[in-house]
Amino acid sequence: MDMNGETKERWDPGVQSYAGMGYWNPDYVPKDTDVLAVFRVTPQAGVDPIEAAAAVAGESSTATWTVVWTDRLTANTHYQAKAYRVEEVPGRPGEYFAYIAYDLDLFEEGSIANLTSSIIGNVFGFKPLSALRLEDLRIPVAYTKTFQGPAHGIVMEREMLNKYGRPLLGATIKPKLGLSARNYGRVVYEACRGGLDFTKDDENINSQPFMRWRDRFLYAMEGVNRAMAETGEMKGHYLNVTGGTMEQMYERAEFAKELGSVVVMIDLTVGYTAMQSMAHWARTNGVLLHLHRAGHSTYTRQKTHGVSFRVIAKWSRLIGVDHVHAGTVVGKLEGDPATTRGYYDTLRENHVPANLANGIFFDQDWASMPGVMPVASGGIHAGQMHQLLDLFSDDVILQFGGGTIGHPLGIAAGAEANRVALEAMVKARNEGKDLLREGPEVLRTAAQTNRPLEVALATWGEVTFDYTSTDAPDAVPTATPVG
Amino acid sequence: MKLRHGAFSYLPDLTDDEIAAQVRYALDQGWPVSIEYTDDPHPRNIYWEMWGLPMFDLTEPDGVLAQINDCRATFPHHYVRVLAYDARLGRQTTALSFLVQRPAEEPGFRLDRVEGSDRTQRYAVTSYAAARPAGARYATG
Repeated sequence: MDMNGETKERWDPGVQSYAGMGYWNPDYVPKDTDVLAVFRVTPQAGVDPIEAAAAVAGESSTATWTVVWTDRLTANTHYQAKAYRVEEVPGRPGEYFAYIAYDLDLFEEGSIANLTSSIIGNVFGFKPLSALRLEDLRIPVAYTKTFQGPAHGIVMEREMLNKYGRPLLGATIKPKLGLSARNYGRVVYEACRGGLDFTKDDENINSQPFMRWRDRFLYAMEGVNRAMAETGEMKGHYLNVTGGTMEQMYERAEFAKELGSVVVMIDLTVGYTAMQSMAHWARTNGVLLHLHRAGHSTYTRQKTHGVSFRVIAKWSRLIGVDHVHAGTVVGKLEGDPATTRGYYDTLRENHVPANLANGIFFDQDWASMPGVMPVASGGIHAGQMHQLLDLFSDDVILQFGGGTIGHPLGIAAGAEANRVALEAMVKARNEGKDLLREGPEVLRTAAQTNRPLEVALATWGEVTFDYTSTDAPDAVPTATPVG
Repeated sequence: MKLRHGAFSYLPDLTDDEIAAQVRYALDQGWPVSIEYTDDPHPRNIYWEMWGLPMFDLTEPDGVLAQINDCRATFPHHYVRVLAYDARLGRQTTALSFLVQRPAEEPGFRLDRVEGSDRTQRYAVTSYAAARPAGARYATG
């Protein structure tokens, strides 16, 4: 039947229901090599959910709005995506989870641009749907192996930095806009010499009139090298090479490499193809690649429409970045604990089993593709160290921007406070202490012999950002199928 | 100058009991533990000298502590570190590293600069102690 309830033969000219054209197939058994997607579909009033799911499958693969005879020149049923399961979203009337399988032949090898042009291409503006969200994607091993993956990955990053057994520490230089190159480099120097492993350009610091990129790179590297000599450990500053063209990005990245930087950075806003190009550059040139997820909340935050960040995390791993921001739970930015856990697993683990409580709909096998170091950044401070270590364990970069630079005794003291808090907490965890119960006491004890930490706890110890998350997993193990 | 190396270099130097607790944690994870020493603490000096082979199949930290003490006695003016190794698929790398001895006097590092064109500089970090021959860098005794 079409949307008006008329029954037609498959190849009759005119408008035909998507389900009738074969985009709904409840008997379909997904192949190991299929790309699998689950969408949250909100049909317009009166639109049957199964037809809506079939329409999503159709519009994200071979279909157009009417029957075309040229389909008959192809192995049509092979190329059609198949919606094979539709469930109600628990507690969310009018919303449905639609499971769709795509044959591997639909996608170009090693191209996130191609994958996304299909799966989130036209379909999100389709009129019979009032909203649509891509919740999760299963990337088959056969497709995963066509991507480079992280330029270096977690293990190689640790060996490059010679740092093991604890989270890494960073800070974003603040204010993010307006500092001259000389003042900017001062913040890099103070934060790194105080005890941070990394400092970071913010997403919107590129090459503005108040500070051009080349000057920033020179002064930042002066700070990084001075701090290395003072501490005897590796340091880095994420030099943001984001620019208006690929040529500008390559020029900036080459200069960062020539100056000896261990890391460069790009923004999500540069686009998938530019990110993949930079990931290949980073592997070739032995430089870590940091990705700031600038702009992602425009499409990841709302439950009903957009793309879940767990999908962006998967694409980031395939694209091949070494770092990506993945939430803090306890900081100032959006982050439900279970959902965030799902992102971290997706970035770090080699095999991620389906776990609906964490928003993971499919088993995902990464086939030994190295992991991406998640970055927790945004409104976190030393007083939360026990919670952060409990949530994220060791393979994470904890970034305290304001929580370093805003320290009353200065930037280096802020950095030292964070480092002392971190090391004290890792040591206590390894000794068998219960972080959530005994963590505050561990911090207070460490602060007795460290003035910067004592001041940090007095300044921010009680600060929390306790707001309800807009994006939490809605799936439950016992779903209600509608087809 | 205090060398910042390993997971706990911003804390007071670990006592032997605290070292034993960290070793126990490593053994409980199934990580073999090894001991290394050096008098060249350059941050890019990856290969410190191995004090014997990694200790596989231990369950108690006592044996590791005895080896640490032997290493300390033999090289009283060197840096000594403990490493734990995770051989699991997907890791196959060092899991934890921390200092268990540092020289009494740490002269630190000099930052050398070679000036290039267009305000660029090449930087090199050089240990003051490494100017002396290996084995005689931190104390004459």
